[in-house]
This record gives sequence, structure tokens and C-alpha cells, in this order.
Amino acid sequence: MPSTFNAVARFAIVAIVAIVAPGDALAQSNEVNVYTYRESKLIQPLFEAFSKDTGIKVNVISASSGLEQRISTEGANSPADVLLTVDIGRLEDAVKAGISQPIVLPALDKVVPAQYRDPEGHWYAISMRARVIYASKDRVTQTAITYDELADPKWKGKICIRSGQHIYNNALFAAYIAKHGEAKAEQWLRGLKANLAQKPSGGDRETARDVAAGKCDLGIGNTYYWALMMDKETDRKPWAEATKVILPTFADGGTHVNVSGVVLAKHAPNKANAMKLIEWLAGEKAQHMHADLNYEYPVRSGIATNPTIAGYGTLKPDTLALSKIADSKKAAAALVDKVGFDN
Amino acid sequence: MNLSQTHSYGPALGGAVSLFPAVKLLAVLIAVAIAALVAFPLVSLARLAAIGDADLWPHLSAYVLPVALLQTTLLLLGVAAITSVAGVSTAWLVSTYQFPGRNILVWMLPMPLAIPTYIAAYVYVDILDAAGPLQTALRALFGWRTGAEYWFPPIRSLGGAVFVIGFVLYPYVYFAARAMFQMQSAGLTDAARTLGARPWQLVRDISLPLARPALAVGVALALLETLNDIGASEYLGVQTLTLSVFTTWLNRGSLGGAAQISLAMLALAAGLIALERYGRRRQGHQSDGQDSRMASRVVLSGGWGRLATLTCLVPVTFGFLVPAGFLLREAILRGLVAGFDHDLLRHTATTFVLAVCASLVVVLLGIAAALPLRLVPRPFVLACLAVATMGYAVPGTVLALGLLSPLVAVDEAINWLSMRAGGAQVGLVLAGSSVALIVAYTVRFLSISIGFVQAGLTRVSTDFDDVARLLGAGPLTLVRSVHLPLLRPALWGAALLVFVDCLKELPMTLLLRPLNVETLSTYIYQFATRGSFEEGALAALLIVAVGILPIVWLVRQAETVPATSEVPTVFQ
Repeated sequence: MPSTFNAVARFAIVAIVAIVAPGDALAQSNEVNVYTYRESKLIQPLFEAFSKDTGIKVNVISASSGLEQRISTEGANSPADVLLTVDIGRLEDAVKAGISQPIVLPALDKVVPAQYRDPEGHWYAISMRARVIYASKDRVTQTAITYDELADPKWKGKICIRSGQHIYNNALFAAYIAKHGEAKAEQWLRGLKANLAQKPSGGDRETARDVAAGKCDLGIGNTYYWALMMDKETDRKPWAEATKVILPTFADGGTHVNVSGVVLAKHAPNKANAMKLIEWLAGEKAQHMHADLNYEYPVRSGIATNPTIAGYGTLKPDTLALSKIADSKKAAAALVDKVGFDN
Repeated sequence: MNLSQTHSYGPALGGAVSLFPAVKLLAVLIAVAIAALVAFPLVSLARLAAIGDADLWPHLSAYVLPVALLQTTLLLLGVAAITSVAGVSTAWLVSTYQFPGRNILVWMLPMPLAIPTYIAAYVYVDILDAAGPLQTALRALFGWRTGAEYWFPPIRSLGGAVFVIGFVLYPYVYFAARAMFQMQSAGLTDAARTLGARPWQLVRDISLPLARPALAVGVALALLETLNDIGASEYLGVQTLTLSVFTTWLNRGSLGGAAQISLAMLALAAGLIALERYGRRRQGHQSDGQDSRMASRVVLSGGWGRLATLTCLVPVTFGFLVPAGFLLREAILRGLVAGFDHDLLRHTATTFVLAVCASLVVVLLGIAAALPLRLVPRPFVLACLAVATMGYAVPGTVLALGLLSPLVAVDEAINWLSMRAGGAQVGLVLAGSSVALIVAYTVRFLSISIGFVQAGLTRVSTDFDDVARLLGAGPLTLVRSVHLPLLRPALWGAALLVFVDCLKELPMTLLLRPLNVETLSTYIYQFATRGSFEEGALAALLIVAVGILPIVWLVRQAETVPATSEVPTVFQ
């Protein structure tokens, strides 16, 4: 098969050149390398605006798990400058894994409230979301609800939720444990489980869809999904229109919020550019983009939330320290196992 | 070939005649090297498992593993049932009979291979869930308001996962079974027919016993894929072992515990691989038929013909037409075709190049891994070969994690050498480039090509080896002039199957790809995680389109099978 062999050889040479081309593997002067758990489509507009403002090119890897391990294994040669992630647990995990270094930006401390940054500067939140209720407009008359009430038997067979092990729920359950202790949390989680209309599965959008379709009356989801469906996705608008968003509260009156945040990699080869990016992400322009493109709550004080999000009512974030939520993360996962929440 | 040759090392053992010691040594070294490539990530996995915390196990064994074990077992049993029934019945029909639509169905039946299982899961939830068109229509028809007023089989369930995964993976069985049925010497069935055997008797007494090895091979492959699935089962809410690996790592905060579960899963996978080997071993008996011309197809018409058409149409519809049709509809309705995202061209090219490179490497290494056993039939070499097939048995993300440290270690050595030579730091040459992906694909899919090459080799009688040597051929000449040409169809088959698998691969690609590199799979994934996978519909169709090309090639080979017994080895 000489002709096949030649073709194969030619292809191999071209491919090897293309694959080992070191451009992306090496740190370049005017670039910054971002490892992100946030979907690249979601943050690409922000990076494009950053590049336009500063002339710094942003290189991206997005994944769903394992980026901390990747950075940590890559070690001193890691090209990672910034890790962008959602969930307080993951931010704290990254710090514990020893892959971070303090972000020293005094200007940032003035605009980001202490609640939303690490005391030692190892992470800064850049946006927030709340875990709320999508309630059927037709079948639910209540306009306020507490998280505790979700375990009330009056909702038997009427609640939909995604997997109890998903980080959004994991953080909510962890917050409940941190506030009320494990024993009470277990009782609450058993009550919630008993009220589910179906096995936990799908995502937050499916939850809204199930409420709209009459499968259940209450769904638990994040604030931005509902707004996206209402404003941006014509085919899903009916799901949002069939539901109303209620900001639930803990017994002490706060609503559970989680954050997306940044970590500066320990061996960041482009540290200066990374600092510029972090500062820019907490800046006014980026905070407005977070609010209006991605429907998140800005962390920077003085930035207005998007009108659709503001329509849910005034958010009163739970004041529990985020690190306390991260500390209860494992206990929450164990509790979900124990009560067979996902089974 | 006599029966005494068909013992556990395969029929090749009988052929080990005098060889140059140097060549033998080289062969053994190659076998060891390839085994080492696969062993490295497994060893780093074992190291993680060794540091895992023991206090987690009481919790896992009380609350997590019983459920996961049960659900995984049921899932595997269900998928085995669907893939074998759908795969064997359709393969038997298209091989034995001529019926309305047969000539089109023969092209359509393998198509589900190009549909990633998680995509099929998303599609079926969209269609069959409470808000889907079917249930909406039912509610409108009967005036129901809420889900409490009626019952509809839930797609987000274990049964749903069996349905989705089974109908997407049955082509593995179909391919294997079809090759078997095609090879059945016409003499057997003709004789039986002449003696007045009914069609069902032909099936029960001739076709099925002959197809059993193929069935084992195909089912084993399908089940290994099922075992590794994470996207579909997670979305459908099935608590599988693979899912428990992830929750143990990410939620229970124990990477060590996760590594321990994956190592335990290796045992399950090893069982499946053993099943495959058992199946392949049996093949040796009947590949020797002198009359291997194709049995002529009997024409079915009327009711029987329509029944045959329907039987083949069912898996094609569920496994391919519905998902592909849905994707096409979404791609058009959402303006994805009109507002074509030009990045997709780049991603398609990246995906294609990666898949082609990986297929080449996998096939070359598959030959290099399987041939030493033929030349040096020793238990040690067999053990090396067994290790080399283990990559298929570890969940993708876990394998990727295990690959990171060996890759970085090599990179550090390269940097050290480069510094010593007075050069600069060169960074992560392997771990930071697409080489990492090729290595990962290779470790994962090597067992496919090894399987194909081994199956192919069992058909190359050792008599050929002996004759070649008598004529003075050295071992390299033997491999180049005898083995490789005869293996060619098997090699193509392996390359094409690996190619399609690489196109669809998601978890390893996600974690190991370099900066700014997207494949079609990772492109779709970013929409899927946001709960709007429909926006990736066009990319999914591109995977299907690129994946169909080699499938078409495979079908053409099968349809034009010549009167030698070599070609159908492609499908084993």
C-alpha cells in the first residue's frame, strides 16, 4: 500500500506540526491564560471587551471538573494565570489545593464588600446568584416562602429540583447545615425529599419546564435562568411566563446566594496581566455586563441589577460567611446520600 | 487449524517456530512499552487511591455503593438486552432475507454509532418529558392539567436510560453479528433448508449458535461504553457507579475515594473484557469453513416482508432518525444554519485532525501490541497485552486525571534537558499541547484496535507463518508481507471505529485540551451545561456527518464481501 502509506505519512507530518505548535503552550508577553468552569460562551463577551480595552489577548480552557488538579499537577510550568469558577466551595477548594496566591489590589477591597472576598485575598467574587423558587402562577397563591417551608407536607408531590449533589443544591444544603446544624438539616432534607414530584434530575431549566407543564407546583432554580428564558429565549418564554419567581428566605430573613469568583494562580506566568483582568472583571463596565448579559447580581456596590432580576423583589442576601458554607459542603453531600435524596 | 491450537493463548501459539532471539527480545520490549503506556495513568490512579481516606468507606458502603451497584447492574442488563435483540435480529434479517426497504436499511442500521449517547438523552427528554410535544398533546386531548392526573413512562429514569443508551449502542452488536451471519457458510443453511428446516429452526440451531461469539464481543463493547457514560445517565437521574466516582471526588471531597471506586470498577470492566475474549476464542472453530461464499438471501414479501421491514425500522428510528431529525429541526428553526457560526469550521477541522491522528496511532500501536504475542507466545506477553486493553475500562475524566502526572513528568524531563543543553524552558510540550489528547485517546481506545488485530490474526492461519519461514522469510518480512496485508480489512475497521469514538469523546477532551482548542463535543457541551443543548444542534449534526463517512465505508465493504473469509474480520 505505498500510496496509502505516502498519504498517511504526509498527513502525519502536517498533523504533528499543527499539534505540537507551541504557540498556546507558552506564556506570551501580552496575553493572559484563563482556566474556567464558567462556560466560555457566557464569558467570551467579557473577555472580548477586556481585550478591546487593554490589548491583552485572553486564552481560555473551559471544563466542568478537574481544573484545580490540572493546575496543581502542571506545577511550576503551568500556563494558568487565572482560575474562574462558580461556587464558593470550589473557590475554597482551589485555595486549599495550594494553587492560588494572594491578589493584592487595595482598590478592589474598597468596592467589593468583605463578604464577597477572601480575608487574605486568595479569591474575589465577581458576581452573585440566588437560589430561588419558580412557582406556578396558576396553582400557587403564596407570594412569600421560606426554605423551611419546602419541607412542609402541604407541598407533598409538588416540588421539582435537580440532583441534590449538584453544586447549586450542595451549597444551599450546606448553608442550611451551617445555620441550623446537621440534625435539623437532616429532618428538613427528608421533608423536602418527601415532597418531590419526581426523582431529582435534569437542570434548572427543566425544573421550570416541569412547573410550566404541571408536573409540579414549585421548582428550585437559580435567578438568572428564569430571566434568560423570559428575555432572551423565545421558545422557552412560556415556561417563564407560567411561573413567578419568589425569593425564599431562611428563618432569619436572608436568601441563599452563591458567587462566581476568581483565583490568581500560584505560578501565573503573566501575573501583571492577570491582575489587570481581575481588576477589570470587578470594574464598572464588567459588572454592568454581568448584570445585563448574564443576569447576575453585581458584587460591586453601586451597580444596578438588571430590571428583570430586580422584578423578583429586593434581594436580601444571607449574611452567613461564605467560607462557612464551604466548610459544610462535605456534610451536605453526605446528608444527601444518607436521606437517599437522589434515589 | 485443529482444536488443540485453540487454547487460552489463541491459536497463534502453535506458530512459534524458530525466531532470531534479537527479534523476540524486541517484540517483548515493544509489548512491555505499550503496556507501560497504559499502565502509567493506572498507576497514578492507584497512587491516588492509596492516599484515599478510609473513613469514607463506611458511608459509601452504607448509602452510596448499594444503590450505584444495583442501578449500574440493571442499566447494563437492560442495555445488553436491547443491544443484543436489536443488533442480532436486524443483522440476521438483512443478511438472510431480501425484503422491502432492505437495501436502504442496510445503510441506516449502523448510523446510531455517530450519535453521542448524551445527545440522544437530551433529545428524548425534550420530546418525551412532561412539557414535550407528546405529553402536551395528550393533556390537550384529555383535558388533564397537572402531572398528577395521568401516568406517562418517565424518560428521566433507569428505564429511560436503558432505552436511550440501548438504541444508540446496538450497532456494536449489529456489526459483529452481521459479519458472523455473512460468513456462515451457505452450505450449512442451504443443507438445513433442503432438509425442510423452518426459518426459526435455522435461527435457533444454526445462526444463533454461530453468532454467539459475535454477540459476546458486540455486547461487551456496548457495555463498556455504557459503563463509562456519564452525560446521559446523570441527565436522566440514574445513580451509576461512574456518577458516584464524580460525586465522591467533587462533593464528598475525596479524590482518593473516587480513585478507589474507579479501581473497583476495573474489575467489572475486566469481566466484560473477559467475556469478549471468551467470545472471540470460540470464533476459531468456525472460521475454517471451506465454503465461505455468502448464503443467498431469501425473498420475503407480503406480511412477513413488512414485519421484517418494521423490525429493522424500529432501532433505526429510535437510534438515529429521531435524534438526527430533532437536531436538524432545531438547527434550522434556531437559525443555526443561516447564522452559521464560523468558529464551527475550525472546530470541525480540529476534531477531524485529532481523530485521524489518534486513529493512526491507535492502529499502529494495536498492531505493535498484538503481534508480539504471535511471535513470542508466552504468558508474560499475554499479560502485557491484557494491561494494554485496560484503558477502555476507566471513566474518561479519571483516566485524564491519571494521565496528567506522567505527561507533566515527561515535560519536566524535557525542560531539564533543554536547560542543561543551554536552552530555555520550553513549557509543557506534551501536557500543554494536543499531544496530551492523542495520548489520552490512544490509551482509551487501544483495546479496540488490539481486539480487531487479534481477531484478524486468528483468521491468518499459522500455516502461513510456517510456509513463509520455510521459504526463508525473516520475521519482519513475515509481518510485512503476510500479516499486514491479510490484516488490512481489520485495521481499517479498527481505525474507523476509533475515529468515530474520538469524534464523540467528551470527558477527556474537556479536561486535557490546550488553551483555545475546542472540538465539536466540547463546543456542544458548553451549551448543554447551560441547559440549552439545542444551540449546539448544528455541531452535533457535524459530528454525525463526519462520523457517517467511515460508517458508509464499512457498509460498502460488507455489502461487497468477496468470497474470501478475510474481509468480515473487519467487524469483529
